[in-house]
Amino acid sequence: MKKTLYDKIWNEHLVHENKDGSSLIYIDRHLVHEVTSPQAFDGLGIKKRNIWNKNSIFAVSDHNVPTKNRASGIDDKISKLQVDTLIDNCKKHKLSYFDLNNINQGIVHVIGPELAITQPGMTLVCGDSHTSTHGALASLAFGIGTSDVEHVLATQCININKEKNFKINITNSLSHLVSSKDLILHIIKIIGTSGGTGYTIEFTGNCIENMSIESRMTMCNMSIEAGAKSGLVSFDSKTFDYMLNRKYSPSKQHLNSAIKYWETLVSDSDAEFDKTLSFDAADVLPQVTWGTSPEMTTDINGKTPDPENENDSSKKQYIQRALDYMGLEANQDIQSIKLDKIFIGSCTNSRIEDLRQAAKILEGYKISDHIKQAIVVPGSGHVKAEAEKEGLDKIFIKSGFEWREPGCSMCLGMNNDSLLPYERCASTSNRNFEGRQGDKGRTHLVSPSMAALAAIKGHFSNVVEFINEK
Amino acid sequence: MKNKIIEGQVIPFDQSNIDTDAIIPKQYLKSIKKSGFGPFLFDSLRYTDPGDLGTTEKRNLNSDFVLNIKPYSDGNIILANDNFGCGSSREHAVWALKDYGIEAVISTSFADIFYRNSFKNGLLLISLKKDELENIFDEISASPKYNLTINIQNQTITTPNSQVYSFTISDADKERIIFEYDDIELSLKYKDKIRNYESEMKLKKPWIFENNND
Repeated sequence: MKKTLYDKIWNEHLVHENKDGSSLIYIDRHLVHEVTSPQAFDGLGIKKRNIWNKNSIFAVSDHNVPTKNRASGIDDKISKLQVDTLIDNCKKHKLSYFDLNNINQGIVHVIGPELAITQPGMTLVCGDSHTSTHGALASLAFGIGTSDVEHVLATQCININKEKNFKINITNSLSHLVSSKDLILHIIKIIGTSGGTGYTIEFTGNCIENMSIESRMTMCNMSIEAGAKSGLVSFDSKTFDYMLNRKYSPSKQHLNSAIKYWETLVSDSDAEFDKTLSFDAADVLPQVTWGTSPEMTTDINGKTPDPENENDSSKKQYIQRALDYMGLEANQDIQSIKLDKIFIGSCTNSRIEDLRQAAKILEGYKISDHIKQAIVVPGSGHVKAEAEKEGLDKIFIKSGFEWREPGCSMCLGMNNDSLLPYERCASTSNRNFEGRQGDKGRTHLVSPSMAALAAIKGHFSNVVEFINEK
Repeated sequence: MKNKIIEGQVIPFDQSNIDTDAIIPKQYLKSIKKSGFGPFLFDSLRYTDPGDLGTTEKRNLNSDFVLNIKPYSDGNIILANDNFGCGSSREHAVWALKDYGIEAVISTSFADIFYRNSFKNGLLLISLKKDELENIFDEISASPKYNLTINIQNQTITTPNSQVYSFTISDADKERIIFEYDDIELSLKYKDKIRNYESEMKLKKPWIFENNND
């Protein structure tokens, strides 16, 4: 039988099949952060259960951490208690934890791949829906709730039903300055936020083959915004190059056998998928979300929709409600939307490639007077250090951006970085839900270069045209 | 055979893509407990003033929001449109629904992670066909006081005018609701199998088990 990559990793990790169709799947890596773990550790304690494989666990605080004045610690007492609880749990159980001042600290989905904690062919879970990111390294990765965090701590397995296989094939190349963020937003716009529910999506085609690992991570990261818990890309020479010489890369002793296994991590040609869709990358323009769901997206030359054009009354209401929340009119030009804040960061777009793209636009320019605040939050200590080595921090600061410490920051605003009511933000993050970046805040999801250009202009503008002027 | 019946007032929440950020906003995720989230369920829709874990003052209710309107304010069954529970994996969303007193959510579809989290906590999710859902919405708007009876063993919903809809859930999920199993205990029944698998993999893929402790 021809197998998909998903089938192969599933079979490799199958421990037991239950009569009801669910299966116990062995988990190779478990990433833990402060927000979704305290109740799981508590649960273990109450039942006096042990952790099955401590070596599989890596913990870090990222959601709830300050991105400035780190030396003075965490001001917010409730946040501090949560971070301290994770530290205590890691000490108690002797688990690897990256402290806030450790260069390895960062957003859990940035540091996993960067340190090669994530490796091809592994199963990886984390109490966070954007765990799908790690699939870019041909690993099966998905987000879980706290009950399952506890389950994996205690059993090293997860009891789940197999998903169906969904192939999204992307041909041709993206135009210059159109990024994988634009591509994935374009895909979500078409298939909808539940288009991938019940499936594992594998991204294939020459567009993906030519794409960097970091861009592939952005694609897999937002698979969950299309409803798919996991995104995948088959192993290739780019994955191979990426995996070498990182902190937790396989030791020399085992590297050759690891590579041998990794090379099997591709979908067989003619493997059967339950669903297949094709997209032409050449059609994709820079994207901007106009509403309160990632599917509410249009391209930079587009307009907001008109609810009056919908026949279905609930669709009409859905659009009207989003326009009202966002403070936008029907048929409004996307380029006329003025911004208050700019956020470059999050597990979607805070890697070195993202920062390079934004800095390239900003170099030689100042941000608009309309912009109240523009921040760059690198994804990890290593991303920050590399950016500083390349002088990107100076470009950001000179243009008027604030240069911050790593964390999730304004993507969800659990720390002090958030929108005030009715503030409008161009954000490189992944969710534009009501209140996501702050109560009554208005989020427009864009790529790093589009966010940078919005900062310069004070409103949305087409980065492809801008670079021709530059 | 042991059964569970859920009976009560329906809360018509006619929106699609109700995400877990809406169900429980981020400021409440700072809690390290599993309980006490009920007062913050749908927080930014339910109240007109902002709140957080430290708020002690009485909050101002948004009188337009369905949970604040009689008789829905006494409800224990939510009726919502497509793709309920999308977005973040936060189990706090389920804890908030349960803590508030919600026993079942009826929709056409649910997001995958939310679905798992719900059954793990004994919250019943029921998927109905679009036209069935719309019938119930129509009936409630005609007569707001509207009680449903859900029979889990029989997998049926009975409306006030005795119309019966059937629904599908897996046997395992049905048992989770009725018996409130400890899933970890069930999996640990196979601990020898897990151990054998692991020993085999340590030989086959030793790099995965290399010690990470510096």
